[in-house]
Amino acid sequence: MTLPFYQALTADVTALSAQLPLAADNLQDIRRSALERFKAIGLPTLKTEEWRFTNIQRYLKEFPYELQQTPVAVSADTVAAAAIPGLDCYRAVLVNGHLQTELSELPAGKGIIIGALSAHTTAPGFTTWFNEQPHLAEAVLAQLNTALFADGLYIELAANTVLDKPLHLVNVYTSNSPAFVQPRHLWILNRSAAATIIESTVHPDSQAVTFANSVLETVVMDNAELWHYNVQLGAANFREVHTTATHQHKDSRYHHFNFTLPSTPFTRNNLSVALKGSHTETNLKGFYLANQHQHVDNHTFMDHIMPDCYSNELYKGVLLDNANAVFTGKILVHQEAQKTNAFQQNNNLLLGDKADINSQPQLEIYADDVKCSHGFTAGQFSEESMFYLRSRGIGEDAAKALMVNAFSHDITSEVNVPELQQQLQAQIAGIMNN
Amino acid sequence: MLTIKNLHAEVEGKKILKGINLEINKGETHAIMGPNGSGKSSLASVLAGRDNYTVTEGEVWFNGKNLLELSPEDRAREGVFLAFQYPVEIPGVSNLNFLKTALNEIRTYKGLPPLEAKEFLKLTKEKQQLVDFHSNLMNRSLNEGFSGGEKKRNEIFQLAMLDPQLAILDETDSGLDIDALRIVSNGVNKLRDAEKSFVVITHYQRLLEYIIPDFVHVLYNGRIIKTGTKELALELEERGYDWLKEELHLKESV
Repeated sequence: MTLPFYQALTADVTALSAQLPLAADNLQDIRRSALERFKAIGLPTLKTEEWRFTNIQRYLKEFPYELQQTPVAVSADTVAAAAIPGLDCYRAVLVNGHLQTELSELPAGKGIIIGALSAHTTAPGFTTWFNEQPHLAEAVLAQLNTALFADGLYIELAANTVLDKPLHLVNVYTSNSPAFVQPRHLWILNRSAAATIIESTVHPDSQAVTFANSVLETVVMDNAELWHYNVQLGAANFREVHTTATHQHKDSRYHHFNFTLPSTPFTRNNLSVALKGSHTETNLKGFYLANQHQHVDNHTFMDHIMPDCYSNELYKGVLLDNANAVFTGKILVHQEAQKTNAFQQNNNLLLGDKADINSQPQLEIYADDVKCSHGFTAGQFSEESMFYLRSRGIGEDAAKALMVNAFSHDITSEVNVPELQQQLQAQIAGIMNN
Repeated sequence: MLTIKNLHAEVEGKKILKGINLEINKGETHAIMGPNGSGKSSLASVLAGRDNYTVTEGEVWFNGKNLLELSPEDRAREGVFLAFQYPVEIPGVSNLNFLKTALNEIRTYKGLPPLEAKEFLKLTKEKQQLVDFHSNLMNRSLNEGFSGGEKKRNEIFQLAMLDPQLAILDETDSGLDIDALRIVSNGVNKLRDAEKSFVVITHYQRLLEYIIPDFVHVLYNGRIIKTGTKELALELEERGYDWLKEELHLKESV
């Protein structure tokens, strides 16, 4: 007997796993306990503290999603449309989480391992780090992913290996019937390795509704540096829960940028960083521009476990029409984490009549010698600036577009790939001018 | 070109302008002087269309168009330019991009195609020299971190780029050192011609040694109480405003 998707999620975990038999891999124990954990925690409701402003059930009930999909061919044109103009880069194309080597241009060479996650489940990096990030255990959707994921991208850079070009990861989601897709990735940068990875989402609009529940674990070892960009453009028939869980080790630098633009109706990003060593630097930057009835929820957790670490978090949002956004910034400074510098800021422009933001900083500080700050703003354009622009002949709409570009500048100007920076600025301007 | 008839305006219920009459012809430069709080900057704001001012009475005609019915952007497109007393800093908007947008919006309004990148750069270079505006400021964010003098020079540079028919300079000289004042005034003087008119609002006579006006008006308590030539400015510098106020009170009490 097969239950409809939502009932299977809430009532009968066995039926759920029957829909997609636990893969015959070496992960059966991990998968089984994750499924148990999922069952024990249960789906979030509006009473669940971490989901108070985000009603995921509404979106899970929306369609009779299927866990298994018949593969859909993706054309080179679809992939080309996702390209970043002028950027010389490597490319990994994943369709519903499955790597498409013929559409990809993967980096190769000494110290670089890259391929389908399913092909690397016995690699030492995998057995050491898979499902190890401590915050995953509390993330119920991540548990569901661990239990039932099919595939994803595995990257491991050996010590001192530096990717000479950015890697563009193109996530294509497509299906002929409503699909619940669960990609799973693991990226490991060993000692002093460095990489820039740009993730973007493509959802060819004519296809059926897809709900993606993806999990990415990244491991940034001693003195390594990762620049990770996640660009969410999406489409009206796409919904997403995107979980990124990072381990950072001694002297490492981790820069995570999240851009959410129209028009995915439902986006929830879980981003968490656990520090496993001292003297680390963490930059978490986010920009969301939402319109119509979009719901964008950024849920971040900066876990200062070790002393002498620095983190800086800046999320900025522009909400048009009826869009609403949630920002949660949890910073936990453990008693041992002396000399922590942790900063957090969330600024919003509410431009729609019914636009709405719920922002909650959550600072828990148990060490006494730390510098921590947080701030939140929500407002409209400065009238003085608007008048200045208009007094030069710039119409109201064009002035707004300029101002939004200016507002996003704190984030876009930090993008260290000029071609991506330009594309993002053009996309933001394009949305505002529309 | 510009006709102001019996203009009354208020801000937050407070009457600021109480019946201004002024006629400005093509090619003329008018100075408006007056003590603090007399309504000088308010007049500039009302002409440019700042929306916290409410016009309660009177008319303003600009080249046959009812200026008060136009949005701030349309006034600019028709050829009115206000050089701000305190130009705003807009981080993230580059000077270049801002100017290109402004110029092209004005051109579109006039039914002209947007400027080619090459033409735009050529124009920029030419006008930059006019006001001695360093090119390294061009790529920076609009006025961000500019010194007082750089901000004022940027106003005059924008004035040169947008080429309006009527330029209103609102206390462009306040806070400027003598070198910056010279540069700004030289820029303005180079832009003066038979077609363009200037309204120079200032608190200090000093500016008028560099930008020589055709007419000087004294604004007091929301009204123009005296009009003269450049000699009036000198007299004001020597005698202050009190004698004018007295004259006015005498007249009103008769």
